[in-house]
Amino acid sequence: MKVLVAVKRVVDYNVKVRVKADNSGVDLANVKMSMNPFCEIAVEEAVRLKEKGVASEIVVVSIGPTAAQEQLRTALALGADRAVLVESNDELNSLAVAKLLKAVVDKEQPQLVILGKQAIDSDNNQTGQMLGALTGYAQGTFASKVEVAGDKVNVTREIDGGLQTVALSLPAIVTTDLRLNEPRYASLPNIMKAKKKPLETLTPDALGVTITSTVKTLKVEAPAARSAGIKVKSVAELVEKLKNEAKVI
Amino acid sequence: MTILVIAEHNNAVLAAATLNTVAAAKAIGGDIHVLVAGSGCGAIGEAAAQIEGVAKVLVADDAAYANQLPENVAPLIADLAKNYSHVLAAATTNGKNFLPRVAAQLDVDQISEIIAVESADTFKRPIYAGNAIATVQSSAAIKVITVRATGFDAVNATGGSAAVEQVSGAGDAGKSTFVGEELAKSDRPELTAAKIVVSGGRGMQNGENFKHLYSLADKLGAAVGASRAAVDAGFVPNDMQVGQTGKIVAPQLYIAVGISGAIQHLAGMKDSKVIVAINKDEEAPIFQVADYGLVGDLFEIVPELEKLV
Repeated sequence: MKVLVAVKRVVDYNVKVRVKADNSGVDLANVKMSMNPFCEIAVEEAVRLKEKGVASEIVVVSIGPTAAQEQLRTALALGADRAVLVESNDELNSLAVAKLLKAVVDKEQPQLVILGKQAIDSDNNQTGQMLGALTGYAQGTFASKVEVAGDKVNVTREIDGGLQTVALSLPAIVTTDLRLNEPRYASLPNIMKAKKKPLETLTPDALGVTITSTVKTLKVEAPAARSAGIKVKSVAELVEKLKNEAKVI
Repeated sequence: MTILVIAEHNNAVLAAATLNTVAAAKAIGGDIHVLVAGSGCGAIGEAAAQIEGVAKVLVADDAAYANQLPENVAPLIADLAKNYSHVLAAATTNGKNFLPRVAAQLDVDQISEIIAVESADTFKRPIYAGNAIATVQSSAAIKVITVRATGFDAVNATGGSAAVEQVSGAGDAGKSTFVGEELAKSDRPELTAAKIVVSGGRGMQNGENFKHLYSLADKLGAAVGASRAAVDAGFVPNDMQVGQTGKIVAPQLYIAVGISGAIQHLAGMKDSKVIVAINKDEEAPIFQVADYGLVGDLFEIVPELEKLV
């Protein structure tokens, strides 16, 4: 079974981002970029499926600038077999990304597509579901367990009240939640080997996809700051304040 | 301009988040219709008709819609959406699951988790885990939007008398089946709807120690949450997680116990009216957002607090 994994290059999750003074966006000059954490979980899940003998080939795809090759090499070092970069320097919305991924799916014909549930920059949580609509495949979002059984995949999903399990006909789409697995680190020999693995570069034009957007960002601001209150000295003082000053208990 | 709000429910109860979503629709302005897609959901339709400000309720009652499988409900919603200027759903795990599928079927971008309405086409939404707030404008013919409940005060659940109309869709797409659900059973209020939330972090040391928080919460009538650190350490299940990658809460009182205050946690609770922080590290960032901070050993403070409230 061929598995396609989509990964995104985003600002590293440890970076505290700052809004630009002109409110045009956040300042990404000279900040560390990494693979989106939910995408790392997606790569790991694909590698585990291959180790179990369920997956035969893992193709990793990213849509973004030339520099996204770094994240693709990381995925190759973690165990993906080959990589595809759809190169675009535009800031793409989830729908545009889903359309490009649909074109890659048409080309590669995977049985399973694994994506992160959301990217930690735009926080959209849309691409996997949109790809589901465009391909007509079933979707198992926010997965905490994935089990392939015959021509179906059982996905246990993190939902508001607990867990839900659905059975999806293959081919299908899975988006990862935090508890699905703990991604491994790439070993040095594997990082070296990854440099020799194939990485193909495509363009939206070559895939026949026209990029349009119906959403425009007017401005980006820092959130309203919450000011620090006071330190109380004892539990009795805390209870007194909550009862008489804040009046919340 | 007519707005379609997708009701959040489990065929037995209309979820409170629906009222916040209707509030967002009201802020946009125009007639508000509510779609109840489910199975045996007639009573939910009746309840939705009572919501203040709702003009019409559409009920799609079909076994295929019982568990809101996106492969089945998205085509139904996309088909109905063609008659509307906006389609809104709550940014619950359910709304986040089916609505992007609807947007892609309509070939429009979705705007996720809005926290404010500036005008009928302009909205505010958090990005970068709440570290920035973007103002976005949509030129889509149909605006497809998920609504973060804490951004909008709920409308009244009663006072309306909308007409109820039956609608139907294609039903089962034949691609997915519901296997089962394991829902946490608790007598405590639901996290996102609770007036008081008590949350524990890595400082709790283990899952067993959360019993101190459960017993304090029961005395206060509160829900119990946790930081991502506590979930990652395996102390408690993920459905208790408060934060950017978990639940977003905004109770009257939020008590953070043994939580350092990572930015991703703050993103989930900083809109609470009053925040109390209990932590042994007086430099912990949680104190920078807390109205009342108490430095000390939580294993002494929490039992004492339980006695005094």
